[in-house]
Amino acid sequence: MNLDLPILEVKDLNVSINENKILKNFNLKINQGEIHAIMGPNGSGKSTFSKVLAGHPSYSVSDGDILFKGISILDLEPEQRAHLGIFLAFQYPIEIPGVSNEDFLRLAYNAKQKFSNKPEVDPIEFFQIINEKLKLVNMSPVFLSRNVNEGFSGGEKKRNEILQMILLDSELAILDETDSGLDIDALKTISSGINKFMNQSKAILLITHYQRLLDYINPTYVHVMQNGQIIKTGPATLATELEAKGYEWLS
Amino acid sequence: MVNQSNKVLNTNITKLVNKTYQYGFSTNIEKDIIKKGLTEQTVRLISKKKQEPDFLLEFRLKAYRKWKGMSEPEWAYLKSPQINYQEIIYYSAPKSKQKLKDLDEVDPELLRTFEKLGISLTEQKRLANVAVDAVFDSVSIGTTFQDELSQYGIIFSSISEAVNHSSELIQKYLGSVVPIGDNYFSALNSAVFTDGSFCYIPPDTICPLDISTYFRINDENSGQFERTLLIAEKNSQVNYLEGCTAPQYDTNQLHAAIVELIAFENATIKYSTVQNWYSGNEYGKGGIYNFVTKRGLCAGKHAKISWTQVETGSAITWKYPSCILMGDDSQGEFYSVALTNNYQQADTGTKMIHIGKNSRSRIISKGISAGKSKNSYRGLVNTMSKAYGARNYSQCDSLLIGHQSNANTFPVISVQNSTSKIEHEASTSKIGEEQIFYFLQRGIELEKAVELMINGFCREIFTELPLEFAAEADNLLTLKLEGSVG
Repeated sequence: MNLDLPILEVKDLNVSINENKILKNFNLKINQGEIHAIMGPNGSGKSTFSKVLAGHPSYSVSDGDILFKGISILDLEPEQRAHLGIFLAFQYPIEIPGVSNEDFLRLAYNAKQKFSNKPEVDPIEFFQIINEKLKLVNMSPVFLSRNVNEGFSGGEKKRNEILQMILLDSELAILDETDSGLDIDALKTISSGINKFMNQSKAILLITHYQRLLDYINPTYVHVMQNGQIIKTGPATLATELEAKGYEWLS
Repeated sequence: MVNQSNKVLNTNITKLVNKTYQYGFSTNIEKDIIKKGLTEQTVRLISKKKQEPDFLLEFRLKAYRKWKGMSEPEWAYLKSPQINYQEIIYYSAPKSKQKLKDLDEVDPELLRTFEKLGISLTEQKRLANVAVDAVFDSVSIGTTFQDELSQYGIIFSSISEAVNHSSELIQKYLGSVVPIGDNYFSALNSAVFTDGSFCYIPPDTICPLDISTYFRINDENSGQFERTLLIAEKNSQVNYLEGCTAPQYDTNQLHAAIVELIAFENATIKYSTVQNWYSGNEYGKGGIYNFVTKRGLCAGKHAKISWTQVETGSAITWKYPSCILMGDDSQGEFYSVALTNNYQQADTGTKMIHIGKNSRSRIISKGISAGKSKNSYRGLVNTMSKAYGARNYSQCDSLLIGHQSNANTFPVISVQNSTSKIEHEASTSKIGEEQIFYFLQRGIELEKAVELMINGFCREIFTELPLEFAAEADNLLTLKLEGSVG
C-alpha cells in the first residue's frame, strides 16, 4: 500500500436525492492519522455526506468521485465498502427485533475475517473477543443477549455503535452525531473509546453540532459545511470560535 | 426516493438468490388414469378400483350428492379463479403389479423420486427414527416400519389398506371430526379421496417413532385428495409429521385434503406440517390450489392436540387446522408460520372451540408477506356455555417485506361463558431498507441479514418443530424469499 495516498479523497462530488442537489462540488481529503470534524447548521448536507460514503442506496452521485486509498468506490455495494474498511456510526441506530446483538456482532466480525482471508470464529471464541471490547465502552455482557438496539436507551445505542467500530477496527470511521443525546458520563466513555480506537494508520471523520465532543477528541481539522459545500476549514480552535459566534458569523 | 432505492436494493437481491424450486421435477411413469370430470360414475369407479367395502361407497356417494348442492366458500380473503371441477382427473396411480408385499418391490423409478425428495424408503437407507407413508398422486406407494410398529399394537398404513384391515375403526371414525358436509372441499374430498395415511395408537402407548406422511403430486392434470385419520387412545402419545411437494407446471393443480385427529383421555397428538407445494412462478403462473380441512377432537379429559405448520408453498392456501376441546382440562395449540411471496395468497389460521371445563388453547401465528402476495390470519376462539374457566391466548404477528405485499388479521372471538379468559395480541412490522442497510454497512450480506431477521421472527414456532424439520423450515423460508426484499 502506498502510504502517501490519502485514506479518503472526495473530488467535486455532486449528490442529489429526488433531483434536489444536496452536495455541490464537494471536496475533502483525509490522510492516515488525521481526525476531521465537520460542523454546520441543520440541513447543510452533513448526514447525507456520511451516508453517501457508506453507499446508501437512496442517494445518487451525479458527478465527481470518491477514492478510498486511491481506488474509486462509487460502484461498490455498501457491504463491499464496509469490507474495505469504511465504518459508519449511525446518528439513529435502527432497532432489529428478533436478532440478538451477539449474533449480529459475530456475523459482522466474521464477515470481516472472511474478507481478509482469516478464519471465522465460533461463538465461544467470539465471546472472549467481544468481552474485551465491551470493557472499553463500559458495557455489561448482559446486553449481548438483547436484540440489536431494541429497547436500548439513546446512550446505549451510541455506545453500541462505538463498540462495533472498535470490534471491526475499520481504517476509516465516520461518526454521525455520535455525541448528540448523551449525558456527560456517556460522552466521556464514548470519547475514551474513540481515542483508544484511533492510531496513526487510521482516520476519523466526526460529524457534530457541538464543540463539547471536541473537548475530549482533538481534531486535526475542523470544516464548516453549508449548502452542500465546505465553506471554511481551520484548526481545532475554529470549533471554539464557532461555538462563541455561531454559523451566522461565517455567512 | 423510495422507488430509486428499491431499485438498487432489488438488483442487489435478484443477484444473490435466484435459486429455483428444487422439487419442480416430474417423474415419467406409466399411469393408471381415469377420464377427467366428476359424476356419480366417477365416484363409483374410484371405489371399484380400490375394491372398497359397501359402507365406503355409500359414504362417498352421500358426500358427492351433498357436494353437488353446495357452492365454494367465498368468505376467504382470496382471489381465486373459477375452478372447473370437470377438467380435473380424480384418479391417477402409478401402474403396478397387484399388491406389493415388500417395499423393495416398488417401482425403482418411484423410489428414486422419493430419494430425490430426500425420503428414502428402502430398508438400507431410510430414516432411523421416522416411519414414513409415501403418497404419490392418488395412492400410497409404501409405508416403512410397519412391522416394527405393529409389535406395539400401533397400526400405521395407507388409508386404502386400513379400509380393509381396520374397517371397524374406519367406519366408526371416518368423518366423525370433519363431517361430510362440513364445507365444500370436505364434501369433495369425502367423495373422491384416493389415499392418505391411517394411524392408530393403542391405549397406554407412547409411539416409539415419529410417524410421517410424505405427499407428492406428480401428474399435471390430476387433483390430489388425500385423507388422514389418526386415533390416539387413552394415555397414548404420538408425533406426526407431514411434508409435501409438487412439480413445476404452468397450470394449477387442486389439492383438497382432510386430516382428522382424535385424542382420547390423557392422549397427546403433535401434528407438524411443512407445506412446500409448488407456489407458481414469479408472475403468478402455475402452482397448487391448496384447500385443506384439518381438525382435531380432544375427546377426553386432559387430551392435547398441537398443530404446528410452516406454510411456504401453494399459489392459494385455505387452511384452518382446528381443535375441538371437548374434554375437561383438554388443550389445543396452533403454531404457524405462513410465508407468501410473488403472487401467492394465503388465508390461514385456526379455530379453537372450547366445550370442556378448564380447556386451554394457545395460538401463535406468524405471517410473512413479500412480493405482491396476500397473507391473512383468520381465527375463531369460541368458548361455549359450559366451558367454565376456559382460557385462550392468541398472538398474531405479521411481517411485511417490500411495499406491495399485504397482511391481514381477521380474529373472531365468541364468549358464552363469563368465567373464561381470552387474550389476543397482534403486531405488524416491516423489514425496512434502513434495517438492511445497517446490516450491509457492517459487512453482513443481504441474504444473511434477511435470514437472521426472518429466523428471529419465527423462532417461537421453529422451536415447536421436530429437529429434522426445523432446519428444513429455516432453509425453506430463506429460499422462498428470493428477490423479495427492498
